[in-house]
Amino acid sequence: MLQKGIIRSILEHDKGGKILITLLLVAAVIVPVLNLLLPETSPFHLSAYNVTLWGKYLCYGLLALAVDLVWGYLGILSLGHGAFFALGGYVMGMHLMREIGSRGVYGHPLLPDFMVFLNWGELPWFWYGFDNFFFTFFMIFVVPGILAFIFGWFAFRSRVTGVYLSIITQAMTYALMLAFFRNEMGFGGNNGLTDFKDILGFSLQEDTTRSALFALSAIALIVGYLICRYITQSRAGRVATAIRDAESRVRFLGYRVEHFKLFIFVVSACLAGLAGALYVPQVGIINPSEFSPINSIEIVVWVAIGGRGTLYGAVLGAILVNYFKTWLTTAAPEIWLYFLGAIFVGVTLYFPKGLVGLLHKMKKNQKVNIAKGEAKP
Amino acid sequence: MTEFGHTPITDTPETPRDKDTILYLNNVTVSFDGFRALNALSLVVATKELRCIIGPNGAGKTTMMDVITGKTRPDEGEVIFGHHTDLTKMDEAEIANLGIGRKFQKPTVFENLSVFENLELAIKGWRSVKNCLFFKLDKATQTRIHEVMETIALSSHASRLAGELSHGQKQWLEIGMLLIQAPQLMLVDEPVAGMTDSETEQTAALLKQISQDHTVVVVEHDMEFVRELGGFVTVLHEGSALAEGSLETVQSNEKVIEVYLGR
Repeated sequence: MLQKGIIRSILEHDKGGKILITLLLVAAVIVPVLNLLLPETSPFHLSAYNVTLWGKYLCYGLLALAVDLVWGYLGILSLGHGAFFALGGYVMGMHLMREIGSRGVYGHPLLPDFMVFLNWGELPWFWYGFDNFFFTFFMIFVVPGILAFIFGWFAFRSRVTGVYLSIITQAMTYALMLAFFRNEMGFGGNNGLTDFKDILGFSLQEDTTRSALFALSAIALIVGYLICRYITQSRAGRVATAIRDAESRVRFLGYRVEHFKLFIFVVSACLAGLAGALYVPQVGIINPSEFSPINSIEIVVWVAIGGRGTLYGAVLGAILVNYFKTWLTTAAPEIWLYFLGAIFVGVTLYFPKGLVGLLHKMKKNQKVNIAKGEAKP
Repeated sequence: MTEFGHTPITDTPETPRDKDTILYLNNVTVSFDGFRALNALSLVVATKELRCIIGPNGAGKTTMMDVITGKTRPDEGEVIFGHHTDLTKMDEAEIANLGIGRKFQKPTVFENLSVFENLELAIKGWRSVKNCLFFKLDKATQTRIHEVMETIALSSHASRLAGELSHGQKQWLEIGMLLIQAPQLMLVDEPVAGMTDSETEQTAALLKQISQDHTVVVVEHDMEFVRELGGFVTVLHEGSALAEGSLETVQSNEKVIEVYLGR
């Protein structure tokens, strides 16, 4: 009862959020039903491929949400959120590698295949604990969270802002990419982590597991949305907006700007990590290319296209853009990047508030038209 | 008229630090790349005083505000708040929480928040992240915000975005934000820049009313406005205090005339 009250108060003035959450809840139920209960001959049957594809989109939605929280509300244009996503993914990947156990190609009881291949004698210390799911679950938030904390601690205290901060975030993810490419790091180098077998004993190839992962992604997105919305509609959210618009004014009011930035940045990194952790078992691989700077820039483009500073707009943007990406990269793979660039430029020029802004504008015009119509006798 | 109206003019203020002193600057020097924005500036402000700081462009008025509020660290000198709080060792947030409020030269309000929300963020207390996450607006706070909106004549604009206000209204909102912070000392930088005559008059009345319970330091160019405020005046020139006294005495000071009319 109490929880219901909290959720209701969070979504009180958030029509877009209510619609989004309703849709996600419906999808979390309908998609598994269409996949598992309908026979494959039925026209409404949803293939396992599509279930996983949409599960992936939902993970991207959660990632976009994390970026919108820092960019839309706090004004920090992070071009390195892909790093937090990838770290969450690597944490999950390590767990899935440990789950393989002795079923690997080399059949080693403890070491993942790539370590046997590299002639490593024993498991590196940082691989301990990841055989335990609860430890892994904890680390999904802790690893990206700690990176965000250390990064933010230095950046925000030294008052690095604007484009300089964006460049540093970009450098951060690039540096991590280079590091993870090295075999000596102990994360599978170039190939990353792959060949996963099962999660918590459920085979990753099974339709039921895939449906469950889809439903979990939907639920994670709902929870992530509620957390973000709670923050943005609290006084802390208003302080964030104030920091975005007039940072020094907030300081002279007696707020510790760096504390607010750090808090929201870390929350955002944790959400990105969760998105990565749900993404990896669905796509079956995590490798250093997830750290590549272009990925992080793409996330920002999703948010801009959907509508910055609205939260649900970010989710909408992520899903729509990736839907088109899937379609276009099969139809005409070479033009995808041009197409992405073109819509980004188009949206920034003509709908600076993104698709959500466009919808609001259309609605407003409609209302004005109705009002005009009524005014005429 | 404050009691300072009767004190004799001194070229460099050597006023002893008595128990009524709220702000004490001694020998403060700030240089940027060799340029001395403040040059051994000394200034004493008493509690509940309304002080006007005037001076030509580049005299160091804004730098002085920056030093007091912790934005700029002085190279030399003391800045003491109250009896013995050393401001040179603190940052902006700490100083603000001590009770020193500042209004910027260019009106700086949170344009994407409503008038009500602007005041709500400024109200004293609830400064940590944790407090802000679990903040609930109570009756007393709400009443206080409405009182201040009344004072700054923005009651009918409570739910309007601050960005939609007129220039003068933004200035008042910022003064209101200062007021609701309940500071002991208010630093007001050019409050009537860009205002119409009637707005200027209203602002003067507002500041006079505020100065009954607060110490107010106003930096201003507009002589008419300074006359209207009627406080004790300090003239800054090239980073130090050139003269002090009532506006009339200061205006008849030869050095001041020289600075203002050219040498």
